[in-house]
Amino acid sequence: MSEKEVITRQSLRFDELWTYDPAPESPDYVKIEEQYNLFIDGKFQEPASGRYFETINPANEKLLSRVARADKSDLDMAVAAARKAYDGIWSRMPAKERGKYIYRIARLLQERAREFAILESMDTGKPIRESRDIDIPIVIAHFFYYAGWADKLKYAFPGVDPRPLGVAGQIIPWNFPLLMAAWKIAPALATGNTVVIKPASSTPLTLLRLGELIRDAGLPAGVVNIVTGPGEIGSAIANHPGIDKIAFTGSTEIGRTIQEASLRTGKKYTLELGGKAANIVFDDAPVEEAVEGIVNGIFFNQGHVCCAGSRLLVQEGVADELVHKLKMRMETLILGDPLDKNTDIGAINSKGQLDSILGYLTEGVDNGQQIYQTKCELPEKGYWCRPTLVENVSQSHRIVQEEVFGPVLTIQTFRTPAEAVSLANNSPYGLSGGVWTDKGSKIFKVGKGIRAGVIWANTFNKFDPTSPFGGYKESGMGREGGIHGLLPYLELS
Amino acid sequence: MLPDFNQTVPIDQIGVEERVARFRTRSIKKESKLFALKLALRMVDLTTLEGMDSPGKVRQLCYKALYPHKIDPDIPRVAAICVYPNRVRLAVEILKGSGIHVASVATSFPSGMGTMESRIDEVKYAVDEGADEIDMVISRWAFLKGDYSYVFDEIAMIKEACGPAHLKVILETGELETYENVRKASDIAMYAGADFIKTSTGKISPAATMPVTLVMLYAIRDYYLKTGNKIGMKPAGGIRDAKTALHYLAMVKETLGADWLDPDLFRFGASSLANDLLMQIIKQKTGHYQSPDYFSIG
Repeated sequence: MSEKEVITRQSLRFDELWTYDPAPESPDYVKIEEQYNLFIDGKFQEPASGRYFETINPANEKLLSRVARADKSDLDMAVAAARKAYDGIWSRMPAKERGKYIYRIARLLQERAREFAILESMDTGKPIRESRDIDIPIVIAHFFYYAGWADKLKYAFPGVDPRPLGVAGQIIPWNFPLLMAAWKIAPALATGNTVVIKPASSTPLTLLRLGELIRDAGLPAGVVNIVTGPGEIGSAIANHPGIDKIAFTGSTEIGRTIQEASLRTGKKYTLELGGKAANIVFDDAPVEEAVEGIVNGIFFNQGHVCCAGSRLLVQEGVADELVHKLKMRMETLILGDPLDKNTDIGAINSKGQLDSILGYLTEGVDNGQQIYQTKCELPEKGYWCRPTLVENVSQSHRIVQEEVFGPVLTIQTFRTPAEAVSLANNSPYGLSGGVWTDKGSKIFKVGKGIRAGVIWANTFNKFDPTSPFGGYKESGMGREGGIHGLLPYLELS
Repeated sequence: MLPDFNQTVPIDQIGVEERVARFRTRSIKKESKLFALKLALRMVDLTTLEGMDSPGKVRQLCYKALYPHKIDPDIPRVAAICVYPNRVRLAVEILKGSGIHVASVATSFPSGMGTMESRIDEVKYAVDEGADEIDMVISRWAFLKGDYSYVFDEIAMIKEACGPAHLKVILETGELETYENVRKASDIAMYAGADFIKTSTGKISPAATMPVTLVMLYAIRDYYLKTGNKIGMKPAGGIRDAKTALHYLAMVKETLGADWLDPDLFRFGASSLANDLLMQIIKQKTGHYQSPDYFSIG
């Protein structure tokens, strides 16, 4: 028997003898109002309709708060306030002063980081470890980074006179509510634009709290306006004649309608859409670290990540060992209360999303796919999905082609680098990709071959405000982050 | 079948260090903390390895091992004490019948630069004096020169000289520098007959670190997956506080599983760690911290 066969025979016992006691963050640290209004013209205002919708904690299905349901007339007010602030103050203010306001937002966020992290975990279901160590620190880094650009735009684009566009309409997804808002608000403000922004209806709370913080930071009224409501209000933003630029992050399906509306109304637009990233592991890769990267690539934020490494492509010679080690590693993932500091896998964001994920798995079973799930227990209340591997799949399966947006990894093997690249590119998407090998030249060769906006080498899901992020093909257009992230908010002629 | 030690197992330094950072975020509270503190105490090799180790000093250390805390009888004892060969007989006499092992460094510790004959003689002497665990050092000069078969052979010879005594092989990772070297030396040691692999002598900085230990745990895991044999791990030097020790245990649990949460397969080589563990155990039981003056020194 060869050594490769032997290595998959032994197993280890992870969940015995010593398990960690609960170590929860306190939800009482955050005061959540019973009801939230729209943030328009520097004030929280009741919606014209007088109607509110509920937002719940997906980990226990309990009501968190009720949030104003904006309609067209509320949006008109928000756009008018943003226009007034743009014309009257924000676009005329010395850039250095604009920068100071953004620095102030960053500093206040830093002081209140714990509060924002807890609230984000309660509203989204993501583990506190992630909101505390990843989401909120990157939010803060983005505000600091773009604050620095405010008075240096002429150096970023020498020889031209960069000018703001006007009012930016921004539509935020539910997977990284505050982080995606920061990616959009920070560059918009730094370049002198004003903002009308809409959070996802299932996760509005951290953005509303950011509204409070922006008010407390003394930003001029109307520079940032927050309208909450259902998808129709997002569509109204895309079609609004008073808005000059649209920034959207969300599904490719909605992205198409936004693109049509933007073209019809002559807006500039950036779209940050879906993905189905290939994570390619070669036989000369550091195996243990690759396993870790695969886990971070697909199980980070329960797989609710547009750039998730949802397709594992592994070279045939190491496939058995890698998958065996991946399964062992998955047994040590702790699923449960998102506020527990030891939780690795939190709750699925909504019932609708959970149903969609489970639909893919049911279809997979019907198609003869081999589904492996960890043995962890699921809490009774809330929406949960065990970390899942899907083997025995090919390019023609729906689960390989479509974005599942859950903790579900498909596994395929390849024989040569060229085959790996062609499998990686055989997708309507092109947002991100991963390459695992000990050989530097292979990283560059394969990395250049993959048509995707971000390629990670021997790591995955790394974000930095200085680095541009965005997709090819159906993954979107335009870039956020870095100098590139300033461009969509500027007139450069 | 022996692996080809000229082949290098690739290791990504940043990946290893990021994994360790995750273990450091594990929050260990309440009963799980008390359990781990007691377990960690049972894993300590209470150590003194100084040129000034008089019989009096070694006697004091042995009594510390026998009576870790004056009041609470529920507090467990350490796994072993670790001394130079010429103090083994004394330690064996004091610890007789206690179940506490006597470990001895040998093989021209800490440099390993003696002749092969003298190093083997030293091992035999320590075993004859009553040591049931031998902590040897490898010839780092030979390893760094690429002479892997020299290192393999010396470990195999020492293992033979140990007879019934358990062999811990000190890699002195601080001198090997890269994680790939640490991995390779771990593999050589295990295939040559080590019962334990151990990071450091404590005489070189850096001594034990969590990333180095993780690389060695991965090596132990691969060896187990391939052979079915369980090799022990001993980080030594630089682990001073209970919190760090608990993060090491989280790392062991999540890498090798429950089987390795046992003094037969995991040890801490340390001197000051024991009292911090004791202090935390008392805190966990009474709710109060006590002054260090209430804990006897070893």
